[in-house]
Amino acid sequence: MSKSNFTRRGLLKTSAIAGAGLAVPTIFTGASWAGSHTGFTNAPEGSTVTLGFNVPQSGPYADEGADELRAYELAVEHLNGGGDGGMINTFSSQTLDGTGILGKQVEYVTGDTQTKSDAARASARSMIEKDGAIMITGGSSSGVAVAVQALCQEAGVIFMAGLTHSNDTTGKDRKANGFRHFFNSYMSGAALAPILANAYGTDRKAYHLTADYNWGYTTEQAVRESTEAVGWETVNTVLTPLTETDFSAYIAPVLNSGADVLVLNHYGGNMVNSLTNAVQFGLREAQANGQDFQIIVPLYSRLMARGAGENVKGIFGSTNWHWSLAQGFTTPDGTEVAPDPASAAFVKSFGEKYGFPPSQAAHTCYVQTLLYADAVNRAGSFNPCAVVEALEDFEFDGLGNGPTLYRGADHQCFKDVLVVRGKENPTSEFDLLEIVEVTPAAQVTYAPDHPNFGGAEASLGSCNPGA
Amino acid sequence: MDAIILQILNGLDKGSAYALIALGLTLIFGTLGVVNFAHGALFMIGAFCAVTLQRILSLSHEVVDETRTDFLGNPMKVDVPYVYDWFGEAAGQAIINWSVPLAILFSIPVMILVGISMERGLIKHFYKRPHADQILVTFGLAIVLQEIVKAFYGANPIPTPAPAAFTGSFDFGVLLGFDPFTIIYPYWRLIYFVFAMVIIAGVFAFLQFTTFGMVVRAGMADRETVGLLGINIDKRFTLMFAIAACVAGVAGVMYAPIVAPNYHMGMDFLVLSFVVVVVGGMGSLPGAVLAGFLLGILQSFASMTAVLDVLPGINQIIIYLAAIIVLLTRPRGLMGRKGVMEE
Amino acid sequence: MVDQTTDTLPQRPAASRPAKTGFLGLKGSDATLLIVVAILTMCAPFLLNPFPETSSLAQFNAGYPDLMQRFVIFGIFAIGFNILFGLTGYLSFGHAAFLGVGSYAAIWTMKLVTLNIIPAIILGMIVAGLFAVLVGYVSLRRSGIYFSILTLAFAQMSYALAYSVLTPITGGETGLQIKPTDRPILSNLQDGEIGRANLFGLDMRSSFELDMGGWLFTFNIGYYIAAVVMLISFYVAIRIFRSPFGMMLRAVKSNQQRMSYTGLSPKPYTLAAFVISGMYAGLAGGLMVAMDTQVGPERMFWTASGEVVLMVILGGVGTLIGPVLGAGMIKYMENILSKINDNVLHQWFAFMPDGIEDFLVTVIHPFIGKGWHLTLGIVFMAVVIFLPGGLVELGQRIGRLFGFGKKADDSAAAKTPAE
Repeated sequence: MSKSNFTRRGLLKTSAIAGAGLAVPTIFTGASWAGSHTGFTNAPEGSTVTLGFNVPQSGPYADEGADELRAYELAVEHLNGGGDGGMINTFSSQTLDGTGILGKQVEYVTGDTQTKSDAARASARSMIEKDGAIMITGGSSSGVAVAVQALCQEAGVIFMAGLTHSNDTTGKDRKANGFRHFFNSYMSGAALAPILANAYGTDRKAYHLTADYNWGYTTEQAVRESTEAVGWETVNTVLTPLTETDFSAYIAPVLNSGADVLVLNHYGGNMVNSLTNAVQFGLREAQANGQDFQIIVPLYSRLMARGAGENVKGIFGSTNWHWSLAQGFTTPDGTEVAPDPASAAFVKSFGEKYGFPPSQAAHTCYVQTLLYADAVNRAGSFNPCAVVEALEDFEFDGLGNGPTLYRGADHQCFKDVLVVRGKENPTSEFDLLEIVEVTPAAQVTYAPDHPNFGGAEASLGSCNPGA
Repeated sequence: MDAIILQILNGLDKGSAYALIALGLTLIFGTLGVVNFAHGALFMIGAFCAVTLQRILSLSHEVVDETRTDFLGNPMKVDVPYVYDWFGEAAGQAIINWSVPLAILFSIPVMILVGISMERGLIKHFYKRPHADQILVTFGLAIVLQEIVKAFYGANPIPTPAPAAFTGSFDFGVLLGFDPFTIIYPYWRLIYFVFAMVIIAGVFAFLQFTTFGMVVRAGMADRETVGLLGINIDKRFTLMFAIAACVAGVAGVMYAPIVAPNYHMGMDFLVLSFVVVVVGGMGSLPGAVLAGFLLGILQSFASMTAVLDVLPGINQIIIYLAAIIVLLTRPRGLMGRKGVMEE
Repeated sequence: MVDQTTDTLPQRPAASRPAKTGFLGLKGSDATLLIVVAILTMCAPFLLNPFPETSSLAQFNAGYPDLMQRFVIFGIFAIGFNILFGLTGYLSFGHAAFLGVGSYAAIWTMKLVTLNIIPAIILGMIVAGLFAVLVGYVSLRRSGIYFSILTLAFAQMSYALAYSVLTPITGGETGLQIKPTDRPILSNLQDGEIGRANLFGLDMRSSFELDMGGWLFTFNIGYYIAAVVMLISFYVAIRIFRSPFGMMLRAVKSNQQRMSYTGLSPKPYTLAAFVISGMYAGLAGGLMVAMDTQVGPERMFWTASGEVVLMVILGGVGTLIGPVLGAGMIKYMENILSKINDNVLHQWFAFMPDGIEDFLVTVIHPFIGKGWHLTLGIVFMAVVIFLPGGLVELGQRIGRLFGFGKKADDSAAAKTPAE
């Protein structure tokens, strides 16, 4: 029973003028409509195509959402031939030429996910049903990503995930119509462990504080397994409520637990507060088991880390992308890394337009938009199934993370992961993190049926064009 | 043992934040009979007083540093705070460093102003309206206030560290005969606790030993009669509201180094503070303080690993569970009186 | 359902029509109200899409399936809440828990038993009802704010546990959706096909579209099913309001003591009202799942409970139609205002000189898009300050203004006194 579903209105925007004089109503069902015309949901007709940018505009991640929106606006500008073209010029696939997508001018609608799955789906449905959006993208949490991805699968449009780091998005909850460019918990763990072993030795006892929800679970698991593989021992893992703001009760016992490393599997406000609390309790200066006590934050967000101020100094973590790639840098062991031209192009157009460097969320959202546009061009069609085919196992370069593979088996991007550390002497308010190592993609790659990703049961299903 | 002492300290610390907010809420409810859902917002405004003062003190002018480049490769513009120019870099840094304690002085006039304009402009029209209306209008106000703050300061938390002099930790264990470093506690949290006790004691002394306080207490016991006595209740109500706003405000300022302020911190505290007030008993000041500390300590104990191993997830619900148990065994909370908000 | 524009408020037609009696056992004004509401809900796809697709005001159109469904579903939720709060005066601050529990029950029914929505909705109601019996039995031992906090405590515990410890049952943060691997017993899905909510084969998402000139009207199956359920709920609510049972509940509100002196225990009545309104919430939860097969725990967060309180007060406490209006208003603002961005503003004012255009955009900017909460807060305050009786009072005032004075009062009498 897949008769008819979401309706579309894009057509009317362009054809209504012609039909404005008609007094006789035309009636059709969604099914016959879509089937006879195009065969998929919200097929763009006329000279424009509408994309839906669904980002958190209220709630704790509103600033991150605002940065995502800036990136989307920049991407649309570049796709339509405005500005300096940004990463279109460095992208290895050269189908984008500033004439929009498949020659259609790109328009967009925006919505507020509120970082709640219900609100995010309502917003996405309104984009699909009311505005005729052909693709939905954005978001700043895994709960929202999974919910909206499932919706897009049902509706037959493409979902290009924004910031979502939980394994589940391309693990047990993967969907054929959904794609994730951002890295995930497993990759963070795999990239961090060797660096940590190198910096802090292999004889370490770790204490985990974990946000009590899906993302926390997968991150804790990833870091625990990867550090145990290099010889660390896990002393304890404690789950903390997402709504907690004062972590003193969880931090205070750490020092007497026999641990000498504290891993904070927290994100956003949780991470800012738990890290601040940990530093207040003197953990950074403390000694345990005859070694300096250390703190680790597996997933860094530069925007959010600003809230922790000085407390991030010297603390290791991982990130999907960082603007300092644009300038090149020297790793602590003295290796010179040359500037990345793609990142430089992006930072330049973003920085000149808005006056500050883009965040990793902005980068991912910009890249996702370009990738979608390019896939449509290469497929020669907006049909979601054609787009899926074009994106699956697509290899590209020149979008800031080096050579990248969009793996067909789970729609996850495989690319280099940045291990970063809080900078000791920041030169500006944006200069919080320094890149310690660029972990090559091969080191963070896993099998599509990895048990942490839903195992053999996890399946993409088949692509749904919606009609 | 050391773990338990640590959690008692944590509990007292959390409890002092709860108690301070609940105290202000109860002051307003007890005297004015208004359920103020915007009280959390007052706490948030207090915290942002600290942020604002920090911003004011670090007001800067740009100096172009040709030797370095910014993220776009242009010569870097470095912000130099005016206080550096005026007092030299070291003294300037020290001034900015002390912005949180200074913000207490800054926040008092601000909060009095906010409190008076709120009471005169809005709340006074709602004394005779049903509680549901009061809740709705103050909730609306809370949303408006937090959205205004968000428009100016963004949604991310903003670091407002305590002065460097207070950043270390105090070795509590040594005093009690434990090994060094078994029970250490941050100075600022100890200061927060002492500060809370002073404020609480101050409010009680004020109510106990001043004529004004006597009238207010009489008003809390029997508003009608006091009105009939011909005492100008209006003016006192306004002042009372301003005092409650101040209590919330300075509590917020002092809390800023513990939890980096963000625009929704008021809402985060709102529900919790109502639970505290009700568990304490509506309209009872000692009840509010007692319940604040009780729930703070319970919450700290619930987050101990030993407890979590037995009852997973108890840290998520302990406050609410405690509230249910208290309200079922003591119908009007710990120290509530009959007939208050029971209709 | 009911359009936001004032001229479609129920009073006017109600007043101009002779009162009927005996329709479905309702007395005149109630019957008129029900009929008016029915007509408005059935015509909602027209009424909510007043602007042609091509006009720049199309942004304000609300006649798309998702929002129309939300209007009626939250209408049901608010009607149910009003049975408890409006009649007995007991202010529950945890009603979202019943909505959430109902949703979880419904989605599990769909995942395991059948994709037909009827068993899912019924089970949602039953489970929510049972949960309401438990919560109500405990909470109703106290009154006033103590009762409110008890219900709040139960709801917050449900939320916190659903988000974390109960993840295996609730899906935690990511919630539950129907997966390609779900194979309900009573279904014949092909391999890999994702199950879809249906009513004996009718897909909830099927729509008929009517293209008339510049207008596009969407008639969605799911919406009409939800709307019919809403009308039934509305009818039942009227019957409850007018029944001896309803009188008893009002007695609980006005004077519990006197009631108990006459030898009647208020407890069974209030508990019954609590459970009924809990089942309404479960019904709304079940319908939400039926329309959009997904559940997340934040559906049970205290802000969701607060939202239904706001809907009822905003619309008019104790009135029949008020809660529906309040629900519509809040959902409209949430879904329409948040989608207006600066780009849209520039399109609207493009005809003006550049300076004025930019000025207007700057002025309006804080209230739209990410600022929709600000507008919501201002509207709450304005309504409470100037319209203590909520939107229903606005309707009455406008009615009087146009000279429907007395009669409008009677029929908006939907109107059981707000006190």
